[in-house]
Amino acid sequence: MLEIILSALILIGALFTFIGSLGLARLEDFYTRLHGPTKATTLGVGSLLIASMVYFSTRGEGLSLHELLVTLFLFITAPVSAHLLAKAALHLRLRSIAPVPQRTEASDPRQANAAEDSATPPQG
Amino acid sequence: MKLRLLPHPLLTPALTVIWLLLVNSLSFGHVLLGLLLGWLIPIFTLRFWPDRVRVHKPLTLLRFVLVLLYDILVANLGVAWLIVRGPRRVKPGFVEVPLALRSELGISLLANTISLTPGTVSAWLSPDRATLVVHALDVDDPEALVATIKHRYETPLQEVFEPC
Repeated sequence: MLEIILSALILIGALFTFIGSLGLARLEDFYTRLHGPTKATTLGVGSLLIASMVYFSTRGEGLSLHELLVTLFLFITAPVSAHLLAKAALHLRLRSIAPVPQRTEASDPRQANAAEDSATPPQG
Repeated sequence: MKLRLLPHPLLTPALTVIWLLLVNSLSFGHVLLGLLLGWLIPIFTLRFWPDRVRVHKPLTLLRFVLVLLYDILVANLGVAWLIVRGPRRVKPGFVEVPLALRSELGISLLANTISLTPGTVSAWLSPDRATLVVHALDVDDPEALVATIKHRYETPLQEVFEPC
């Protein structure tokens, strides 16, 4: 019974990781591609880790929880790298399906502020 | 004095737990070593963490984490479905979220949360830290998305880390 559950978890994990990679191949521009690997894989890796945790905990060698650390580090690092990739893409003005907000294209912070000032009419 | 000996009261137990998970054992020696590391690392990295982190409403934080895990699960299925159904039909878009959070920690946590919930990636923070530009994979109503981000994630974070 346990083996069936574990196999199901591993298959689900593999499926979601695969869909994430599929998104990388099928989506149209850089920004949408970014979503595949950062997202669908969270659930994929999550299922694999739960399976690993249950498997090693039920082998009689005591509780195995260090898979939780993988989750923790993944949750810390994945969004940061995604953010930096997106930021670099905006900086390089990569082709995007969605219209890009004007201000982000200014590479220099002072320019960005200037663009912001001119975009919003002075109040009062 | 207390501040210099124990600069981050929350970091010490967190580091101890991480150490115990790393060695995957609960023996007395490792607990002791973990506590020692948890005590020394914050002291040596003090200049990297200038502000002391305070959690004001632990229950709100717990509820926030549970909501986040649930959202990650649901939205993962959503993104997987979008990819399988066919990428030609997705409508990506950038939305600008005006930030009410002011602290570095709060903004980083919000940006990470947004990137973790599938369908959105935080892409750019304005230099004055007033606006976060978010790229959404499939957006019908940008205003609704901004409202969701604000009340579902930003409000609890603000209550926990920046009450005033």
